[in-house]
Amino acid sequence: MDVLNNLWLGFGVAITPIHLLYALIGVMLGTLIGVLPGIGPVATIAMLLPITFNLSPVAALIMLAGIYYGAQYGGSTTAILVNLPGESASVVTCLDGYQMARQGRAGPALATAALASFFAGCVATLVIAVAAPPLAEVALKFGPAEYFSLMVLGLVAATVLAHGSLTKAIAMVVLGLLLGIIGTDVNSGVLRFTFGIPELSDGIGFVVVAMGMFGTAEIIANLEQGDKREVFTAKVGKLMPSREDFKRMWAPILRGTALGSFLGILPGGGALLASFGAYTLEKKVSKYPQQFGKGAIEGVAGPEAANNAGAQTSFIPMLTLGIPGNAVMALMIGALMIQGIAPGPQVMNEKPELFWGLIASMWLGNLMLVVLNLPMIGMWIKLLSVPYRYLYPSILVFMAIGVFSLSNNPFDLVVMAAFGVLGYICVKLECEPAPLILGFILGPLMEENLRRAMLLSRGDPMTFLTKPISAGFIIASVILLVIVALPALRKKREEVFVAEEPKV
Amino acid sequence: MEILERCYTLPPQEEEGEMRIKSPKDLWAGLMFIGIGVFFVVWALMHYQMGNAVRMGPAYFPVMLGGLLAFLGVLTLLESFAMEGPPVPKFAFRPLILISGACVVYGYLMKPAGLILATAALVFISAYGGHEFKWKEVAILYVVLIAFSLLVFVKGLTLPFPICPGFIENCPIRL
Repeated sequence: MDVLNNLWLGFGVAITPIHLLYALIGVMLGTLIGVLPGIGPVATIAMLLPITFNLSPVAALIMLAGIYYGAQYGGSTTAILVNLPGESASVVTCLDGYQMARQGRAGPALATAALASFFAGCVATLVIAVAAPPLAEVALKFGPAEYFSLMVLGLVAATVLAHGSLTKAIAMVVLGLLLGIIGTDVNSGVLRFTFGIPELSDGIGFVVVAMGMFGTAEIIANLEQGDKREVFTAKVGKLMPSREDFKRMWAPILRGTALGSFLGILPGGGALLASFGAYTLEKKVSKYPQQFGKGAIEGVAGPEAANNAGAQTSFIPMLTLGIPGNAVMALMIGALMIQGIAPGPQVMNEKPELFWGLIASMWLGNLMLVVLNLPMIGMWIKLLSVPYRYLYPSILVFMAIGVFSLSNNPFDLVVMAAFGVLGYICVKLECEPAPLILGFILGPLMEENLRRAMLLSRGDPMTFLTKPISAGFIIASVILLVIVALPALRKKREEVFVAEEPKV
Repeated sequence: MEILERCYTLPPQEEEGEMRIKSPKDLWAGLMFIGIGVFFVVWALMHYQMGNAVRMGPAYFPVMLGGLLAFLGVLTLLESFAMEGPPVPKFAFRPLILISGACVVYGYLMKPAGLILATAALVFISAYGGHEFKWKEVAILYVVLIAFSLLVFVKGLTLPFPICPGFIENCPIRL
């Protein structure tokens, strides 16, 4: 079978000592930043991007991917022990995981999270191996109209997972698109919205925007909240879940994995959406819904499986279409471009060792996470007791070095600070930064494909509806928007976010 | 009876009815979107060519998006009259200014003053933006961070940063 041959090739690449080492560095770093609240995978990967220049493409991607899924593991530790989401996707785990810890069952909760993540990671690896090649085949036939419509769908999907007002989420996407087109217009060579600042002629760097919106803005917001944490360090106790626990967790793990794998593939999806979806699903099908929010093990197992599966399958649109489904994937694309590789469906054929090596390394990385993390939980807990007043200046130093090293230009730090201020204002006005980032990444791509599609159709916008695949994407986007905008569901969605969101 | 009771118990601005601002967050967000959207449209129309649907000029896409953003801003503004929402929380200006400022200072100090001084400025200014500021603690933190930066970034990853200020001819720190 082809898949087996390909995986064999992949493991051959991933198992070399140097790649194992980078996978290990990646998952350890990922767990570390996952455990620490206030710094997420986006900022970390952005910081490390300039460094990957010195690595081989395979090693760079293996390490960065490890950071992403490692963070999903680490985030749940903090969620369970401190009731703070160490990583945004583990918000849901706080609900029941923290309650389990308060009841003295922190150990089983941590073990459940790790086992669920591991199982989901294994399945998601297989899903990628099986689903990616045919998708890439289809993608080779995509024209500009299809790409444009697919991006519309991705952006719409991104607004669905934003909190609060749908209008504001869409507006943030559009704002992101606008900021994304700052710089030289590729078609005419005209400098757009650069206001005579030479540094802006290449556009605003994505890394800089991400660091500002997710890095400094977050630090400022954390600082005003003060430094109060309650860590259940002493009560971790024995890790092994009971037989009863196992009985109750396997079905949620399976459902979570399936849901997460599916939602991860959708552009705009990924770990966060997956874990919310899984929690709602588990609550609905459970025999004891009244236990949810009070320490139900299903509420840990389902979402943890889903967020890890979603984190991994969100690599599919990036690897097969070259379209980033979320901010982390956009950074991965950045990493590929630094290496001189144009992302897209051709990568799989031209660089099979890169593609399959990455996939195989994901499975190995998941294995490392389970083997290393359960025994090392004590160390992570110690880290949690480091006060924030030591952490945030350290984070700032790394961010500043990372941003400065991009082009040795102080102007980048000004832009980072400006986006930090914008991000902070957005936090205050309840506008989500994630849709803005996605719009920012897709802005230039969308304009390019829109222009080409309109040129090919001689200015007829109906081209997006007369081509079947493109029409499918557009119809799916409209349906999604209508569903979310419908009053009944809208209320439900707000409930989900309000009821299930502890302080981030 | 009910109506009478309402008049007595509710604050006076409620009587104005529908046009009261119920959600200040949405109001400000709406105004921000309208402002930015209109700005992009006007600027693009003034400076760049519009082209047509077949051959889009540099202004085409920004004008479309700016218009859409302004429209969404109006919708958000309308929502602020329709749905109840919490007030805009106070801005914490101290961390906002000090953290952002520290980053900018770092950037502009790096070339003339070198990594050691730039990092010092960044660590001390940003630490001053927090709740507690203890000289001794911050100094220790700084020493750890600068040692780490020098070893990992300058020596390990060979990032070409100046270490000492430019006026010192022989930098005592060699890696």
